[in-house]
Amino acid sequence: MNYFAGNFDVAVIGAGHAGIEAALAAARLNQKTVMFCINLDSVGNMPCNPSIGGTAKGHLVREIDALGGEMGVAADKTTLQSRMLNLGKGPAVHSLRAQIDRKAYTALMKHTVELQENLILKQAEVIDMYPAEDGWHLVTRLSAEYVCKTVILATGTFLAGKIFVGEAAYSGGPDGLFAAEGLSDALKRLDIPLRRFKTGTPARVLKSSIDFSELEVQPGDERIIPFSYKTEKLPENSVVCHISYTNDKTKQVILDNIHRSPLYSGVIEGVGPRYCPSIEDKIMRFADKKRHQLFIEPCGADTEEMYLQGMSSSLPEEVQIEIYHSIKGLENVQIMRNAYAIEYDCVDPLALSASLEFKDHSGLYGAGQFNGSSGYEEAAAQGLVAGINAARKNMGLSPLILSRASSYIGTLIDDLVTKGCSDPYRMMTSRSEYRLLLRQDNADERLMPKGYEIGLIDEETYNKFLKRKAMKEEEIYRLRHSTIAPGEKINEILERLGTTPLSTGIKLSELIKRPDVSYFDLAEVDVCRPELPYEVALKAETEIKYEGYISRQQAQVDDMLRLENRRLPENIDYMSVEGLRLEAREKLSKIRPENIGQASRISGVSPSDVTVLLILTQKKTEDKN
Amino acid sequence: MSERTVAAISTPIGEGGISLIRVSGRDAIEICDKIFKSVSGKRLESLSGYTALFGHIMGEDGPIDEAVVTVFREPKSYTGEDVCEISCHGGRYVTAAVLEAVLSAGAMAAGPGEFTKRAFLNGKLDLAEAESVMGLINAKSGQELKLQLAAKKGRTSEEISEIEALLLELSADFAAYSDYPDEDLPDLSEDNFLRLLKIASSKLERLLSTYYSGTVLREGVKTAIVGKPNVGKSTLMNLLSRETRSIVTDIAGTTRDIIENTVKVGDLTLILADTAGIRASLDPVEELGVELAKDRIASSQLVLAVFDISSGLDGNDRDILSLLSKENTVIVLNKSDVGKVLDETAFEGFKTVLVSAKEGIGAEELERAVADTVGQGNLDPDAAILLNERQFDLVRKAAAAVKEAESLLLSGFTIDAVGVCVDDALTLLYTLDGKRVTNEVADEVFRRFCVGK
Repeated sequence: MNYFAGNFDVAVIGAGHAGIEAALAAARLNQKTVMFCINLDSVGNMPCNPSIGGTAKGHLVREIDALGGEMGVAADKTTLQSRMLNLGKGPAVHSLRAQIDRKAYTALMKHTVELQENLILKQAEVIDMYPAEDGWHLVTRLSAEYVCKTVILATGTFLAGKIFVGEAAYSGGPDGLFAAEGLSDALKRLDIPLRRFKTGTPARVLKSSIDFSELEVQPGDERIIPFSYKTEKLPENSVVCHISYTNDKTKQVILDNIHRSPLYSGVIEGVGPRYCPSIEDKIMRFADKKRHQLFIEPCGADTEEMYLQGMSSSLPEEVQIEIYHSIKGLENVQIMRNAYAIEYDCVDPLALSASLEFKDHSGLYGAGQFNGSSGYEEAAAQGLVAGINAARKNMGLSPLILSRASSYIGTLIDDLVTKGCSDPYRMMTSRSEYRLLLRQDNADERLMPKGYEIGLIDEETYNKFLKRKAMKEEEIYRLRHSTIAPGEKINEILERLGTTPLSTGIKLSELIKRPDVSYFDLAEVDVCRPELPYEVALKAETEIKYEGYISRQQAQVDDMLRLENRRLPENIDYMSVEGLRLEAREKLSKIRPENIGQASRISGVSPSDVTVLLILTQKKTEDKN
Repeated sequence: MSERTVAAISTPIGEGGISLIRVSGRDAIEICDKIFKSVSGKRLESLSGYTALFGHIMGEDGPIDEAVVTVFREPKSYTGEDVCEISCHGGRYVTAAVLEAVLSAGAMAAGPGEFTKRAFLNGKLDLAEAESVMGLINAKSGQELKLQLAAKKGRTSEEISEIEALLLELSADFAAYSDYPDEDLPDLSEDNFLRLLKIASSKLERLLSTYYSGTVLREGVKTAIVGKPNVGKSTLMNLLSRETRSIVTDIAGTTRDIIENTVKVGDLTLILADTAGIRASLDPVEELGVELAKDRIASSQLVLAVFDISSGLDGNDRDILSLLSKENTVIVLNKSDVGKVLDETAFEGFKTVLVSAKEGIGAEELERAVADTVGQGNLDPDAAILLNERQFDLVRKAAAAVKEAESLLLSGFTIDAVGVCVDDALTLLYTLDGKRVTNEVADEVFRRFCVGK
């Protein structure tokens, strides 16, 4: 017999990176919120790499921050080393990545959640759920029954999790935690389309057993840019990472033992990520490659555990030892936690709408790895949106739907709910067609007004943003309207930079547009320059230098918006729309796109089908008139 | 299938021995059964696809014409819908009467380009193919027809697909280069990017260079006939028209002017500038001045300069000669039947043809000289050809974007901007072959289809 445990506005199942953002957002929007976690010591756990950010992921963190999420704030406070990646490749692909003290991060996140008003953190495993007149009923293993208006599923890799190490296979979640059993069956009873995905993680090894003497060192940046716009005390670098490589011997060990890999013997059914393959996968799939790179990263300030990025594996433990020992610097390495593969249940995200609510289940939301994505940042981004939308639904407000042109978050969600995913989805800069607009440096301009409007960005943060924006705009105006005359000093600088010296006066902005010239190069001769925060100056420079490309992308956005603005009525019976091909009828019926722009991105919907939809909506508009 | 059943004449009016009336849509077969009486007594609705009946098209006052009606069943037809094709005897009156019968039996007149639009909407044609069909319909010459068929078979699409594949490869390389900065990916170097960009660029340039040939074949060659009064310009025009008898009609609305302005010379269509002017010049009051000739020469792709070989060069002749360029002129030495007085050394370096317009002599030589001068003598119809201005415009923009990517890379600009240019080029090409279609594209394409083909 269950006992009644309480009424809540929002329930969040899972307290990983998705769950935390969801629960914090809902609670901050005044929803009475409960968050369940199998083990309270694993709130905000990082069961894989001890880092946050990276290409495109860094963008996501800044966007989360601009909308009022927590990840960036916590990462800045627990950073061990920070690097801006891709510095030579242009501002569109600059991406922030930080090594994080994972224990400190977990502790900080747990504390933040505990201190949050309206939010209750509860150690419990939800094993059943069903909708009823009075809301969603959630039942825990200890027979507590909660009644909630909206529910967010953020189960990560826990859902029916199964661990694989060589021939050993057993039920389990990440990092030696229990798997969540039972809930899958409840979801299947609701006809929620579940499937199996797989991911993996490398070993953690003892620092003192590594010979660093001949390894390449990877230091942090000298000038650190934080993730969060709220961070005032800049993080500092306190550690370095190291680089080593696999070799012929590594390859031989793997080839000799590949039959013992559960992936190759067919024991694992789940689909693994293409972009983050295990070391045996890399060796098998890229047979020509002489060596593969690996990074040795510290897991925290007060632990000797080191993470071996690039070396995930599901081979037997004794083979793992042999593999690691074949690598320079790791000849005598001592494995503390073995590498493993984990298989888990997740949903086909095509069942979700762009608000992350299930199309067929009002009030039920999905976020994070449960939705088929991979990565802490992708999870957090979805958690934030799901949390905001669950709250807004309870408040009777329209959902927050971010367009592809607004953000990587919008791109991520649109990709998931429109195209679906056949393996765990990782964010990449190349997934955005509007890369030059969606820079990590302007996440605030793109999203902070939204975060403020929603109610997750406070007055002070917002005013600071407005001030930054005004400073930038003034500086751009000044650079466009100030002329610099030819002179000894300026020409000396230009010659040093390898660009043509001046013979007549030129606008400062024109000089900055030259590929070889940066804003900062001109400091000496630009006498009227105001003192600006580094990021503001950088942003002004970027907007001038890339002006032509930025405006080109903006034009494409405007084009696309015309299709996005053509809404498709919810009640269209696609199966009976004349002129649509059969495949398109089926896909459109399944995905039920909100507008023609989204429809045009569905695979299997051809341009001719889009034309039919355009004609259809045109006709409907005309009929109305 | 579309609601409406539509019909239109699908062969050019007044050309050829057989005319085709196409009826397409849900009720196509039922409608045709109302007006068609087969000799065997069978009804069209009893036929399976790709079969035909012989019989008569019946009007209100009895049979209009003998006809063969071919039935196509959805989706195996040009439009993807049920289609009847009525083949009857050519001739403007009969064809129009058959169409009228079909319309009064319940079909609607097809809108401009409607059949092809339906074919496109039903997934029977891709955009490049659809545009090529439009070209076929408008084909004005034999060689162009071959080119159009090559494009329909997908030569243009194939060529574009190759460039797309190249650009896609580059785009993917940029992605890997930017998204995996810490991996060691030795193949990704700026040298390699530059090499691929150069290949794509030269392929695009080659496609562009075919546009001019395409234009000439499709739209005809703007031609000026110049010469002093009474040198035989109008008889030359008559020679050209009489010789071929294939005055091209404009299907949308034939006008007398168009007939009179367009003549066929071999495989080429010549658009004669200011024909009326030439005719008027026969009137001594409105003699053609040198100034007028100057304008006309400047705006033409081909100049036929007519001189009277039976008399010597006078001042007028020399004035005209001084305006001519050896590149695009054929010197027509007329009145060869009267006698040869003119000293030909004045025309050294020019292509010259000896004719007697009056006697109809020298037409073949003229034809050859015209073809050589326009540069179509050696055109390979199997080569990929761009078909129309929209395609040209898109490829031109794509080529410019690739060029920009190249120069950005060379100038040391960052790779993200280079990637944006490559993506732009790719988007333009996708728009071209309909892999990504926007509202405007469909509108633009279908707007340009002429009626009922």
